[in-house]
Amino acid sequence: MRRVAVIGVGHSKFGDRRDVNLKELAFESVKQALNDAGVTNRDIPYVSVGTVGVWYEEPFPAAAIAEYCGLSGAGLVRVEAACASGSAAVYNAYSAIASGLADTALVIGVEKMRQVDSLTVVELLGRAGSYLWEFENFGLTFPAYYALYATAYMEKYGATEEDLALVAVKNHKYGAVNPLAHLQKEISLEDALSSYVVAWPLKLYDCSPITDGSAAVVLASEEKVRELRIETPVWIAGLGYSSERSTLSYRDGFIGIDASVKASRMAYKMAGITPDAIDVASVHDCFTIAELMAYEDLGFCKRGEGIKMIREGQTEIGGKIPVNVDGGLKSKGHPIGATGVSMIVEQTKQLREEAQPSIRQAPLKNYVALTHNVGGTGHYCYVTVLRR
Amino acid sequence: MAGFPSLRSKKLVLEYNIPISKTLKFWEGLKEGKVFATRCKMCGRLYFPPVADCGECYSSDIEWVELRGEGRVISFTHVDVRPPSFRGAPPYTVAIAELDDGVKALAWLVGAEKKDVRIGMRVRLVPRISDDGFPLYVLTPHAADNS
Repeated sequence: MRRVAVIGVGHSKFGDRRDVNLKELAFESVKQALNDAGVTNRDIPYVSVGTVGVWYEEPFPAAAIAEYCGLSGAGLVRVEAACASGSAAVYNAYSAIASGLADTALVIGVEKMRQVDSLTVVELLGRAGSYLWEFENFGLTFPAYYALYATAYMEKYGATEEDLALVAVKNHKYGAVNPLAHLQKEISLEDALSSYVVAWPLKLYDCSPITDGSAAVVLASEEKVRELRIETPVWIAGLGYSSERSTLSYRDGFIGIDASVKASRMAYKMAGITPDAIDVASVHDCFTIAELMAYEDLGFCKRGEGIKMIREGQTEIGGKIPVNVDGGLKSKGHPIGATGVSMIVEQTKQLREEAQPSIRQAPLKNYVALTHNVGGTGHYCYVTVLRR
Repeated sequence: MAGFPSLRSKKLVLEYNIPISKTLKFWEGLKEGKVFATRCKMCGRLYFPPVADCGECYSSDIEWVELRGEGRVISFTHVDVRPPSFRGAPPYTVAIAELDDGVKALAWLVGAEKKDVRIGMRVRLVPRISDDGFPLYVLTPHAADNS
């Protein structure tokens, strides 16, 4: 297998982006990523687009986006792995290069979730579990799926609603200073705890918002990195993937995401690292409970100690391992197909020591970063280890 | 969509017909007051919700097993923000129960005050005909064990 590097990154403003259509939104990130890599649309032989769709009008979004960005003619695919679609698209493009089939590839993650009203999004995401057994008769919503994990986790480890709220407070603190974030505001513990219940024990501020956004990365082989004289390539050192049963009642337990455990161990093994080596991470905090479980599933701490990490500030800048210092899905926003690519953009910038503003820059010791992207409630999981 | 100029697309209404030929006994059973699971006759694995094919050993030789349906709650949530399809329903509680039969079941938990719902409470999985006349199943407190 050939080594693969991230050589260019682009990221749109996340938020309510009804000022642009799907293609225009993708273009914003693609233009930045190509410029950043020092290549043009004509240099891209393969394009992988991570997007879920249904909330926007285009049924074949990859072709529409490629046309708009002058990429028609390249190898082209739309990749779907629910909220992990972006990472799955990165994996797809990585494979094309690692295998030797392509020297360069462009990954686009994009979602436009606000072209339908928010209750329609609640409906569409609710249907995105095991439809017949969870939605048809019982009307589960996406917050409700994660609430079932939250209730079980709280019972098992004595976690409180306040512990969950601490995750939101932390991520909003960083999102408030990230110019690309959807919700650029700090929140207090009281704000979080007094927000209305969505699916008990999860309240409004335990949930990521409904967001539009795009992100793009250019990947290249080692040969191409040399040819283009890329100054600061960020290498994909490890990749891991896994999945879990669709229907919740077939699963073994509800205090962690098995697919995250498996995907992370696979990525660590490939990169030849242990979790101690990670300087900074983006983990999948679609809901506050998801971030606490991620600390444990990824091996940042032992089972049940996620609450200790958040209470002690171990995942803030200056702590043991800074997590989601771009605001995370919680505050930066979660345009679901864009999220995995956005994580790669953020961690590439962290490793290049280019996080903006600089108060968001994590200190680097090993120059190793991690992204953890979950689709559904662990229906899909991708973990990527980046190294400068 | 105030604030941003936009065009309104053509309207699309989708309803899917979900085939149930191979699991018809389950839906018929509910109408007769029974909750069935399936058991793979090859490897013995018990499935609830029921399946026509065993994804473990790949046998399609299955038998129908009526569940006793008694068990205990292992997690739950109270759903306040409801999707449009359930707009007419009052807020509902969804629970996952571990049944003594050896499977788990996810369903609405009905007949209990919100404040009384807790992990560990004994429940029973029972068939129910919905207000619209469709067969389904719910969890209810199992009074004898919760007193």
